[in-house]
Amino acid sequence: MIAIIDTGVANIRSLQAAFDRLQAPWELTTEGNQISGASHVLLPGVGAFASAMETIERLKIRSAIVDRVHSGKPTLCICLGMQLLASASEEAPGVPGLGVIEGTIERFPNTQFVPQLGWNEVTPKTSTFFESGQAYFANSFCLRQPPDGWGYATTDYGGPFISSIWKGNVVACQFHPELSGDWGNELLQHWLELKLPC
Amino acid sequence: MLKPRIIPCLDVDNGRVVKGVKFQNLRDAGSPVELAQWYQDQGADELVVLDVSATRQDRLAMLDTVEHVRQVLSIPLTVGGGVSSIDSAQRLLHAGADKVSVNSAAVRDPSLIDSISQRLGAQCTVVAIDAKWNFESDQFQVLTRSGTDAQPLDAVAWASEAERRGAGEILLTSFDRDGTRSGYDLPMLKAVTAACRLPVIASGGADTVAHMVEAFQAGAHAVLAASIFHEGNYTVRQVKLELAEQGIAVRL
Repeated sequence: MIAIIDTGVANIRSLQAAFDRLQAPWELTTEGNQISGASHVLLPGVGAFASAMETIERLKIRSAIVDRVHSGKPTLCICLGMQLLASASEEAPGVPGLGVIEGTIERFPNTQFVPQLGWNEVTPKTSTFFESGQAYFANSFCLRQPPDGWGYATTDYGGPFISSIWKGNVVACQFHPELSGDWGNELLQHWLELKLPC
Repeated sequence: MLKPRIIPCLDVDNGRVVKGVKFQNLRDAGSPVELAQWYQDQGADELVVLDVSATRQDRLAMLDTVEHVRQVLSIPLTVGGGVSSIDSAQRLLHAGADKVSVNSAAVRDPSLIDSISQRLGAQCTVVAIDAKWNFESDQFQVLTRSGTDAQPLDAVAWASEAERRGAGEILLTSFDRDGTRSGYDLPMLKAVTAACRLPVIASGGADTVAHMVEAFQAGAHAVLAASIFHEGNYTVRQVKLELAEQGIAVRL
């Protein structure tokens, strides 16, 4: 069972439809013990950094998410979900993120169209379970430096940014695999096939 | 770099895809779910579904259509037509849209753009602008209510205002060109892309791949087309292969 964390601000119909097509059962959750116990957990996110963190603190699920990521259990963080892993974001100065990775999420420079809306190339820089491909992005903020100890992929939008990171069975992507056609479906399928680490 | 997008558009009335000329004389063009699946398989980058229903009952049917289209679609889905409040926008997102487009209601009350963008995010706030050249006022005049109401509003100024209010994208349709297959309205496209820093989807008038090349050269981030795909003149894949040959770096 995939437990999808319901932070209330995310539009998760597209994700649910993607898992339905892969015939992977899912349920929404706001409970810490489900987040700790589920075989697969998904941290989605469309919306604002501050309101998502506020929901996580209110539901008292911060430590369940952080512990799960540290233990390397199959966890997928999408779009804002990836940004929440950082210690802070320029979008919400003073609001602490989950702090699983060092660094502050930055806004794209004004030389670019913001938000970045559309398909862009994702290039893994270290070996992983997906190959380079085209993914759909919808973001105004991004991670610039790869975190220590994580594998990563980059994408170019007014200079390179970190479009995905992974470690153990934890994967975070700035793009939307559920909106990235066959390439995205394959990524989701491979993530589902990951097993709990022994 | 971002890829220029090819976006088939489904105008939906009472659960069926229809297509007209200058927003009139709608003809049946198929099932929304089947066409959505077909265009996705051909390599469409995104899909736009516009509700052109006349009645309230048909509008409720639209939510079912969006749900069914979402189940088959693994590319972004924009839904518009009759979005009049933050509630109607939210209902469409819950049914499975990734972005909502607002048109007439935003002209009536521009703060609707602010509230949708603040609540749901700029990335899902599309402002659709229908406009035509007005010889008397010497500007591109905004039209609402499916082209029936001419507004005292310049499309270029309106696009800039939409940007200031938090829109994430502009869907720019030329009333003069809609369904005529005589090419996109390039002067209008150039004027709008020069005036705002938002991605602009060119719409209305596509007949050939050359028309799409012109639109990208005029500053469009994406091109929308209906007739040429519905009538089978081109598949999306054929369009993309030809664009690639002409040096436009599409997603293949």
